[in-house]
Amino acid sequence: MCLPMKKRQSKIDPVTGGSDIRPPVLWDSLMKKQAFENFIYGVFLLLGLITVGCVLLITVYLIISGIPAIREIGLFKFLFGKTWASTAKTPQFGILPFILTSIYGTAGAIALGVPIGFLTAVYLAKAAPPKVKAVVSAAVSVLAGIPSVVYGLVGMLVLVPGIRSIFHVPDGASLLAAIVVLAVMILPSIVNVSITALEAVPQEYEDASLALGATPTETYFRVSVPAARSGIAAAVVLGVGRAIGEAMAVMMVSGNVANMPSLFQSVRFLTTAVASEMSYSSGLQRQALFSIALVLYLFILLINAALNFFLKRSKEA
Amino acid sequence: MSDIITVKDLCLWYGSAQALKDININIPEHAITALIGPSGCGKSTFLKTLNRMNDLIPGVKITGEVRYAGQDIFAPGVDVNMLRKDIGMVFQKPNPFPMSVYDNIAYGPRTHGIKGKAKLDDIVERSLRDAAIWDEIKDRLKKNALGLSGGQQQRLCIARALAVEPQVLLMDEPTSALDPISTGKIEELASALKEKYTIVIVTHNMQQAVRISDQTAFFLLGELVEYGDTETIFSVPVDKRTEDYITGRFG
Ligand SMILES: Nc1ncnc2c1ncn2[C@@H]1O[C@H](COP(=O)(O)OP(=O)(O)O)[C@@H](O)[C@H]1O
Ligand SMILES: [Mg+2]
Repeated sequence: MCLPMKKRQSKIDPVTGGSDIRPPVLWDSLMKKQAFENFIYGVFLLLGLITVGCVLLITVYLIISGIPAIREIGLFKFLFGKTWASTAKTPQFGILPFILTSIYGTAGAIALGVPIGFLTAVYLAKAAPPKVKAVVSAAVSVLAGIPSVVYGLVGMLVLVPGIRSIFHVPDGASLLAAIVVLAVMILPSIVNVSITALEAVPQEYEDASLALGATPTETYFRVSVPAARSGIAAAVVLGVGRAIGEAMAVMMVSGNVANMPSLFQSVRFLTTAVASEMSYSSGLQRQALFSIALVLYLFILLINAALNFFLKRSKEA
Repeated sequence: MSDIITVKDLCLWYGSAQALKDININIPEHAITALIGPSGCGKSTFLKTLNRMNDLIPGVKITGEVRYAGQDIFAPGVDVNMLRKDIGMVFQKPNPFPMSVYDNIAYGPRTHGIKGKAKLDDIVERSLRDAAIWDEIKDRLKKNALGLSGGQQQRLCIARALAVEPQVLLMDEPTSALDPISTGKIEELASALKEKYTIVIVTHNMQQAVRISDQTAFFLLGELVEYGDTETIFSVPVDKRTEDYITGRFG
């Protein structure tokens, strides 16, 4: 970004427009300006590099610290082992329960949150009267700002007992509770990103549909939504990223036991697996936690790639 | 020739600004009626009143009467969607949906409940033929319509409008965004279409009005100044303002 701009400036002189005649008085101050500009570009570049540096540092660190345990345990046994017993006499480090829990939990949250968020977005972007829109949008913003520990707390106090009494299970702290909490947590991103995509659909498409005798509702779902589909897909992927990376809230409502996932059982996610044992871990156990973090990181990278793909497509459309 | 649309004392306000003032006009069927006049005189507004596309704009107030095929289009209980199906519209800027050529044409019929591939195939081909674009794009039916040229897109939009079998086709400066060759094609097309349809076309181009229209209506500042045979209007206009406009003294 910065470098090409600098080049362009030096190619065509802004004062003389590239001609040979230079007003001698201005030349001096121009040099000073140019030097200052260069300095500012340098600062920007440096700041930009800090971000890149952080990403690189984290990546390298995770790879270096995540590999040894995988080597020792064996990649297959690590990824597909069904038992996690890190503190047993003969410890076992299989993280399949965590992987599946994270996948199921995220999928559940998406299955629950996307329809609600998507329909809310269609309503707000296309059909809602301005006043309703203002109120609901404000609520969505508040939802987005609530810290995850508060979600966890409310989930613990309301959702977990609720699940226990509705479904008559011994413990409400379960995958289901985590799914519900995650679904609510991803709502704001899904609503907001979908609204942006839907509002970017040109009015002309909708006019054309209405002029053919389609009703407004038919128009939203058969013209506006398909035209915004890349943006909506991006919203879903963003939700996936948020859900899979969430730790605090799910730790508080999911019971945090390393079971293979099942809707009404206590479960442990990739994130919570790292968080719950880190403070007292040592040796291979500690190394294995780093390996879990590495796996989580790879998931996130994959999701990010998908997100970029959809965002780019929606920009092109 | 009977009148398919009759307009009586039509007034329209955007909020407090009056955009149409006591418009009285009868539009005969199977003919091309051209609406001319300087920018902002209310041509588009009038056109959009005929298929009630103005309903969508907040703050619009309409008085007076518009009858289509004898039926008051503002009467309670009128099915706006059926009215718009009967009175199709082609916009100034070509606006095909961002989907395949085929799906663009099939959109309207599908909306009105037509299913079955054979039936839709048939409608798509007939509409594209009627819009004189079949031969050009019959091999690209599955391609995205946004990849067509501007002129092709506009004829596609005409075909899309024809696919729901309208009686009337409203065209709002359909050639203003097009090159002369595409413009020529659309003009030819309009002349051919009046056999089957009634056409009301807004145009900025006086020659275009002369070339293709049977009647011409001249609008100025929200008023219908003069309306009559195109030939008469352009050779012996009654009103001084019409004369000034068509001779290019203002506009
Ligand atoms: N959506 C709208 N809201 C408010 N005023 C409008 C709107 N559309 C058109 N107008 C006004 O109505 C008048 C007629 O506009 P229009 O029908 O578009 O004229 P024309 O098509 O002849 O150029 C203009 O003064 C214009 O500013
Ligand atoms: Mg106009």
